[in-house]
Amino acid sequence: MKKPPTNPKEIDPKARIAGFDEVVLCYTEKEALAEAARCLQCKNPTCIAGCPVGIDIKKFIAQISAKDYKNAYLTIKEKNNFPSICGRVCPAEYQCRKTCIFTKKDLPFASKDAINIHFLERFAGDYGMKHVEHQSTRAPERQINGIRVAVVGSGPAGLSCAGELARAGIKVVIFESLHKPGGVLRYGIPPFRLSPETLDFEIAYLGKLGVEIKTNTIIGRTKLLNELFKEGFHAVFLGLGAGTPSFMGIPGENFCNIYSANEFLTRVNFMGAYKFPEAHTPVNIGKDVITIGGGNTAMDAARVALRLQKINNIDTNVKVFYRRTENEMPARRLEIEHAKEEGVNFEFLVQPIKFEGDENGNVRSIECLRCRLGEPDSSGRRRPVTIEGSEFKSKCDIAIIATGLLANQVLTGVTPLLKTDKWGNVEVNPVTMETSIKNVYAGGDIVGGEGTVIEAMGMAKKAAAAIIERLERKLS
Amino acid sequence: MEILDKSILAETEGTRVVKIEVNQPLIASKAEAGQFVVLMAKAEGERIPLTVVDKDVAKGSITLIFQELGLTTKFLGKLKKGDSLYSIAGPLGHPTEIKKYGNVILVGGGVGIAEIYPVAKALKEAGNCVIAIIGARTKELLILENELKNISDELHITTDDGSYSRKGFVTDILKESLTCNLKLKTYNLIYAVGPIPMMRMVSSIGFEHKIKTVVSLNALMVDGTGMCGSCRVTVGGKIKFSCVDGPEFEGALIDWDEFEKRSRIYADKEKHICKLRGLN
Repeated sequence: MKKPPTNPKEIDPKARIAGFDEVVLCYTEKEALAEAARCLQCKNPTCIAGCPVGIDIKKFIAQISAKDYKNAYLTIKEKNNFPSICGRVCPAEYQCRKTCIFTKKDLPFASKDAINIHFLERFAGDYGMKHVEHQSTRAPERQINGIRVAVVGSGPAGLSCAGELARAGIKVVIFESLHKPGGVLRYGIPPFRLSPETLDFEIAYLGKLGVEIKTNTIIGRTKLLNELFKEGFHAVFLGLGAGTPSFMGIPGENFCNIYSANEFLTRVNFMGAYKFPEAHTPVNIGKDVITIGGGNTAMDAARVALRLQKINNIDTNVKVFYRRTENEMPARRLEIEHAKEEGVNFEFLVQPIKFEGDENGNVRSIECLRCRLGEPDSSGRRRPVTIEGSEFKSKCDIAIIATGLLANQVLTGVTPLLKTDKWGNVEVNPVTMETSIKNVYAGGDIVGGEGTVIEAMGMAKKAAAAIIERLERKLS
Repeated sequence: MEILDKSILAETEGTRVVKIEVNQPLIASKAEAGQFVVLMAKAEGERIPLTVVDKDVAKGSITLIFQELGLTTKFLGKLKKGDSLYSIAGPLGHPTEIKKYGNVILVGGGVGIAEIYPVAKALKEAGNCVIAIIGARTKELLILENELKNISDELHITTDDGSYSRKGFVTDILKESLTCNLKLKTYNLIYAVGPIPMMRMVSSIGFEHKIKTVVSLNALMVDGTGMCGSCRVTVGGKIKFSCVDGPEFEGALIDWDEFEKRSRIYADKEKHICKLRGLN
């Protein structure tokens, strides 16, 4: 008989919303062994194909079962430089777990029975963080001398590309426009999903490999792309991210206390507004918070807002408005569950049409239309169709818009040679990730539009391999 | 990020206008008139935008001028020569379009005088006839008078309380110049920086006289690179980000009511935190 899955312990919802500590705890050794024991060690494993970076999942789970945690960690590291990050934020139910043998066919996401590969990855990653990495400085595996590569952006794509290159002995300098590295991992993902300590550790690992990070440097402003080549860099990787929030284009969207999710999360996660006034950056919170959108960002914003209410002794009242149904939500299932447990309410099949405000310019209500699901659109999800005459109004003193991001134009706008598509995303050769400019590569959201952390890492790895291949050839 | 030099340009009860010169060779080599930087005074601080008032490429430094109004500017004012800022990034925003317009009027109110200075200088160098109108609440708060005198063809000064030069507002002089001189002279551009009501008034006077009027908005920002939308403003009915689409916009197209309200979003919190730290 199949054993039931082992879930890691979580902080009780009532307790966890009083702060920003991590919600999901790491597996204990016993839990990890129990979960690893469920893996069938398939002769032809299907899970690996579901991983955008091709981690040898079968092997590392077997190593966990054999209590060889160090090598389980190193097996993951072969393909993924950041197991502790991915083990926390990967939407595994759409990736490796979806292709796990235990997932029934034709489900939109993994069955509950699928092996908890991501929790095992985190276990191995956190083990490595505590027991492997501090023991030695890591030497690069190869030594490609005399080559320097500039990486623009220190989010998932940039960090990943830098890690791959540095492991080949290439000198890498990362340029980051903000004052701390991490990109969306720091400004977007809240501390209760990915602790800053974990992120700092994973970034420090790059330092051990000799990667240099220059913060406060905006490529396209502080330095131009062609200047990097003049400075002696042989190649440049652009991991710029999908950095610009899109608004809905409905009346009243500029009322005070209507935030883009990016702004709300940056204020809280990156600038520490939840510690105001110890941290000086403010953020407003109210009694009736409405978050619009169905992705991870919407879940993060809703859960951050709930915590701010709790911290400020306001009765928690956060609603998520989404125009489709729960099934079509792009968010990780775990985040949806967590949001529900914490008391976030959901209103499905609603489309905002208007905000109203008071004489001080503060938002007071939101008006929506109800929707029904129509025919599938290009994404394969059924398209929401508004129902005429179904208008309704809801009280709203804080609105957070998490309906998507657009390409940031800071660099592309001043670099006309860099070809972009109609959405402003950078065009690349899909095999090498090279852009229209020779020796300039790109990956992550600036190429594919909004994607996941691990997809960005997959593109970055592809680019790194192409960079290494070309530069090695040049040397020989 | 070291502060190479610091001086107090103006001081009167409760407020000071401070000038700092910051070691920042990369920004100095790139900054053009009209651009700004985003800086943090300390690790737990806010990110705030400040206009690059001047630069010394040889020395590798930029000059910033600010009035101690909010928490961050008050902390910034406490830093001494030799101290370092926690972070600074830039130059950001579009540079001012510098070309030969003909006769240009630059209007600066309060600390906005510092922000028109680099634009006035660049416009003068481009061969324009520069008329500067500057004003402050009171004599002690008037800054950069000599600097502007050196680069302007005409300089007009007002103080709200009449403690220096003419009593009244910069907009009084602007109106007079336009109505009296219009038959003698054509004006091709008005450029204004200052308190919101002043920029709003200048924009409406410019519009009335059919003269292109550009203002540089000082919106609330976080990253300054188009990532958050904190600084959004409605211009000609469309949402624009001050940081990447601006900071300059045509004054007549701005939804000033909305901008004014959005600029006060955190007024209560600012008051609270200043009080907590004994900085009011």
